Amino acid sequence: MRARTRTARQAVVLAAVASLGAGLLAGCADDGNGDSGGSSSSGGGGGKTTITLGLFGTMGFKEAGLYTEYEKLNPKIKIAENVIERNENYYPPLLNHLATNSGLQDVQAVEVANIAEIVSTQASKLTDLSKAPGVEAGTWLDWKWKQATTADGQTIGLGTDVGPMAICYRKDLFEQAGLPTDRDEVGKLWAGSWDKFVEVGQTFKKKAPAGTTFMDSPGGLLNAILGSESEKFYDASGEVIYKTNPAVKAGFDLTAKAATEGLVGNQTQFQPAWDTTIANSKFATISCPPWMLGTIKGKSKPESSGKWDVAVPPKAGNWGGTFLTVPKAGKNVAEATKLITWLTAPEQQAKLFSVQGNFPSTPAAYTLPEVTGAKNEMTGDAPIGTIFGEAAKAIPVQVIGPKDQIIMQGLSDNGVILVTKGKSAKEAWETATKTIDNNLEK
Amino acid sequence: MSARHDIAAPPAKEGGAAPARPPATKAPDADKRRRDRLSRRWQRDLRWSPYAFVSPFFLLFLAFGLFPLIYTAWASLHSVELTAPNDMEWVGLRNYTRLLDDEFFWNAAQNTLTIGIISTVPQLLMAMGLAHILNYKLRASTFYRVAMLAPYATSIAAASLVFVLLFGRDYGMINWALNAVGIDNIDWQNDKWPSQFAVSTIVIWRWTGYNTLIYLAAMQAIPQDLYESAALDGASRWRQFIHVTLPSLRPTILFTVVVSTIGATQLFGEPLLFDPNKGASGGPEHEFQTLGLYLYEQGWVNLHLGRASAIAWSMFLILIVIGVINYVISRRLRASS
Repeated sequence: MRARTRTARQAVVLAAVASLGAGLLAGCADDGNGDSGGSSSSGGGGGKTTITLGLFGTMGFKEAGLYTEYEKLNPKIKIAENVIERNENYYPPLLNHLATNSGLQDVQAVEVANIAEIVSTQASKLTDLSKAPGVEAGTWLDWKWKQATTADGQTIGLGTDVGPMAICYRKDLFEQAGLPTDRDEVGKLWAGSWDKFVEVGQTFKKKAPAGTTFMDSPGGLLNAILGSESEKFYDASGEVIYKTNPAVKAGFDLTAKAATEGLVGNQTQFQPAWDTTIANSKFATISCPPWMLGTIKGKSKPESSGKWDVAVPPKAGNWGGTFLTVPKAGKNVAEATKLITWLTAPEQQAKLFSVQGNFPSTPAAYTLPEVTGAKNEMTGDAPIGTIFGEAAKAIPVQVIGPKDQIIMQGLSDNGVILVTKGKSAKEAWETATKTIDNNLEK
Repeated sequence: MSARHDIAAPPAKEGGAAPARPPATKAPDADKRRRDRLSRRWQRDLRWSPYAFVSPFFLLFLAFGLFPLIYTAWASLHSVELTAPNDMEWVGLRNYTRLLDDEFFWNAAQNTLTIGIISTVPQLLMAMGLAHILNYKLRASTFYRVAMLAPYATSIAAASLVFVLLFGRDYGMINWALNAVGIDNIDWQNDKWPSQFAVSTIVIWRWTGYNTLIYLAAMQAIPQDLYESAALDGASRWRQFIHVTLPSLRPTILFTVVVSTIGATQLFGEPLLFDPNKGASGGPEHEFQTLGLYLYEQGWVNLHLGRASAIAWSMFLILIVIGVINYVISRRLRASS
């Protein structure tokens, strides 16, 4: 009897331990073959091929009904997506998966901030899409296509959306400050140079409503200025030149000047306090890719709707956007390539824009009714599709580098923001460059 | 006592205490074999099953503790990037020697120390006081004890988010209250001491209750007659606390000090989430960047795995030094008591 109870107890304990261990091991198993249906044609779905997409944030394919539509067009295909909320949590594991050739989805999204690093270090692991059936370079904006193309001509990512920056401005604040409110006249005020934009800020400040600034934040201004340069942090040969590039220093100093004179709010973008400055209408302009209208809408009080308008920027630049890549180690390379070719075609991009506000990277989409007829609640009846389309076509082919994001973040979060705290432009530049150099050193 | 029977009952060896068997007959023989078999099973069971019982921990420790530790040590001797983790270039101790004149590392070390002190010291003192109060007979004492532990059970992310709002410069509730008494807005996120104070507040809020309960448990284990005899000798409550409670709590205090020190050295989540929009730089001039945050920045933002591994090992060595100091102090304390 004793023995029986002992062994019984032992068995229970062992079973518990075994199931615990199995659970832990299962936790370690790569999610690529997890319960999302598996990628093999034999696995579930009644002989269907499941294509998996690894995405971050809200890319909107599902929300726009594109998966359902594709599955209807291709009855043998099932689509499953695996989404991680924030890119900073999505990107490092992606690098790990690429290095070990495991845990990869059939399609992996790459943010524009990381595309240069992927192009320069991971191209051998990704399918060259330039020769894929139905893919033509001319479909995409020239600069967008080139961002995902290696030096030897492989294109490893197809562009989904882009973020052409325009200037969103508050008509009511402009009027109170004695500035024109018509979007064409406003655009003419600063056409061609960021210096003029800052000068408009000085004019604004003279009669500005109490407590308001011309622009939202120093980081936003610097990002807009540097985004419109054809060469910023890297030169064409891939060398880091941010410290010696006169355009970068000029942009930094111009932003510092605007900060010293109080033309920009002393905020960091996307912090809760910055959100509140939107709600409380504390600034008159913001550098504004199409997706920023969504942010403004989300943070504003209802009485602000319709008070915004969109004007052409001094110089066009890009902020944001994504690519879809197909890892060679995936199980359904051919089908995955077909899928992303379809997903990134102008018609689908236009549909995505109308539902999710992601701006198309294919000029053919700019004449489709979804884009030309687009309106936003915040900007009244401004033809935003046409304005952003013009800006997108004016964006220069920019040299981008693998560490652009680290350098940009250093210049704004460890740099120009300090000027709003009373540091001189020189001190801010030194802190920024010291931080960036330390971050770049291997 | 019953446990002894498992070993003693079957006469496994000759010359045991058991009486000699009668000459072999069939039935007892079969019986003996059966009992031998059982006995061997018991012995094997007794000898090996403890190992089986502890093995899950050690297997998991091997996979998730020791292997990463050794791999990190190996990686720290190389220049290696997360973009190509298999492509390692031997650099010897360079990742360590560069830390010596890495001002960001020393800044982070200093921040870790100061945040550690301004969070741990008040935290433990408050915990001691609260435990003393909770040790009195109170109505609804369980409620107070559960309430004490509530912050500990809250996720850091949620708590930090709320604290970020409270400590906002322009629209925060704390600055609003300070304004009411005539103090200007404090830039809690961008100035050195305010930001360190704010981060420490999150730590204190989160861990005070935990330490309180540990102190309370130790206080309740102190024999009541010690207090009675102290009271008979005319000792006030305060003297009782100093001369009875504190000496009895010595090992517990040491335990909480060690655990809090380790926690403070590894402080990461609170400063990371205190300003998530500035990445992991811990403020524009690294005002509240701790060692843990610097490690994360180098490894997962800048993708320099080799450098990050070296920082990780340096932190490990610092912890060992702290552990040794703690050990020496505790031996001194024990010797003096």
